[in-house]
Amino acid sequence: MNLGTWLDERLDLSGVRHFIAEKGVPVHTQKIWYYLGGMTLFLFGVQIFTGILLLLYYRPSASEAYESVQFIVTQVQFGWLIRNVHSWSANLLIGLAFAHFFSVFFLKSYRKPRELTWVTGILLLFLMLGFGFSGYLLPWDELAYFATKVGTGIAGAVPVVGHFTLRLLRGGDDVTGATLSRFYGLHVAILPAVTTALVALHLLFVQQQGMSVPLSIERKLKPGERLPQMRFFPNYILRDVLAWYVVLAVLAALAAFYPWELGTKADPFAVVPPGIRPEWYFLAMFHTLKLLPSHVLGVEGEHLGVVAFGMAALFLILVPFLDRRASRGEPSRAFTVLAVLGLVYLVTFTIIGHYAK
Amino acid sequence: MADNFNIPPFAASHFDRRTFLDALLAVGFVSTAAAIAYPVARYLVPPASGEPATQTAVAGRVGALGLNAAAIFKFGSKPGIVVRTAEGEIRAFSAVCTHLDCTVQFKNDTSQLWCACHNGTYDLGGAVVSGPPPRGLEQFVVNLRGEGNDAEIVVSRS
Repeated sequence: MNLGTWLDERLDLSGVRHFIAEKGVPVHTQKIWYYLGGMTLFLFGVQIFTGILLLLYYRPSASEAYESVQFIVTQVQFGWLIRNVHSWSANLLIGLAFAHFFSVFFLKSYRKPRELTWVTGILLLFLMLGFGFSGYLLPWDELAYFATKVGTGIAGAVPVVGHFTLRLLRGGDDVTGATLSRFYGLHVAILPAVTTALVALHLLFVQQQGMSVPLSIERKLKPGERLPQMRFFPNYILRDVLAWYVVLAVLAALAAFYPWELGTKADPFAVVPPGIRPEWYFLAMFHTLKLLPSHVLGVEGEHLGVVAFGMAALFLILVPFLDRRASRGEPSRAFTVLAVLGLVYLVTFTIIGHYAK
Repeated sequence: MADNFNIPPFAASHFDRRTFLDALLAVGFVSTAAAIAYPVARYLVPPASGEPATQTAVAGRVGALGLNAAAIFKFGSKPGIVVRTAEGEIRAFSAVCTHLDCTVQFKNDTSQLWCACHNGTYDLGGAVVSGPPPRGLEQFVVNLRGEGNDAEIVVSRS
């Protein structure tokens, strides 16, 4: 008796077998965008794997964090590789998550019945930014220290609950070893737990509903006409794996040839070095806040900016419920225009933020 | 056997090509797995601490140790035990029990070294008296630096 039969007698896998045999992916001209989610998921796996490896040597305290990262990259065999892969993979992951987000936005794949897939996806995007923000501090180097000071300071600008949030994040009034402990707990326990649950839901929804056909292509179909399907196992999954190989190759090349920097150790009494700026995925937000005047119509500029970002985040979550036309299967130019504006804003402000003094 | 003539010209080699491609794919997957497993395995092995093995340590002053008493001291990264016998002789041993690495202690009622983990006992020469330890304790060489009660107990590996 083979293992399959043995398991089948106990767990009745006929449902799974049926699912695997039947699962298909629609074939059309826009199907290239289907790969982005899988590539992002692959990098999330890389992050879990390398993150666990880094935990073996990393020490989360103000007096030892920097030295332990130094130890990993200089003393531990292949420690440099593991750390470089973790850092580069984090950045590629956020880049791909954004690409995935925009592709779904433009194709209107969030429309009924996939609203909840979109909501979990947006929450995952925010969680990825949380991972980036909390992980950035962990090596406890100068840039990370000051970037965290500024970042948590922005949280402090939220009206009413700002001061409370700031102290909650920092574990006190200043960025200290207490902040490091909190960010460490957030980065290796809280965020991974929440993310894993949300990823599971996100994938469950995708499997349950199958791949969405882009609105523009769906509208060209005659009534009753169905797009040709490609079998998921093994035809499509092999293509997925090929995409992961491309990601792995890019990641390995970056990690091997462009080592991630470890600056000087954080010193709370050092002068802020010039050109301090956050990671690229926060640059657009950072630069927008820099451009705001100190007061707009009697309201503090910083408060206004933070509230605006909060509203934007809420709007993003609600997109499938606001875009009624797409849900009825009609073209919705307004949301395409919004997506274009959002993309143009993010790209230009990131570039300007990068070169601005 | 007329059926054989219905086989298209490339059907026979088609099977071979598929097998070849499958094998190529398998080699690719296995190579990737190996290229990941090797650095990870090397990464898991902790690097040598860089700390040379300790050869000598100071175990305190003679005056701090009463007759028929003992004290634990640091011998490098491991504990040592220095014993002053009822006759006033000073001896030093590794305090790491040879059974399962617990730290031994001095029993002044029996004048023996005793391991609380599994009830192993050693005499004041380091030899096993009873219990599970497979070997005696490593005995160190004791030298005194200075005079009388102020003298430092210098312990070295023989």
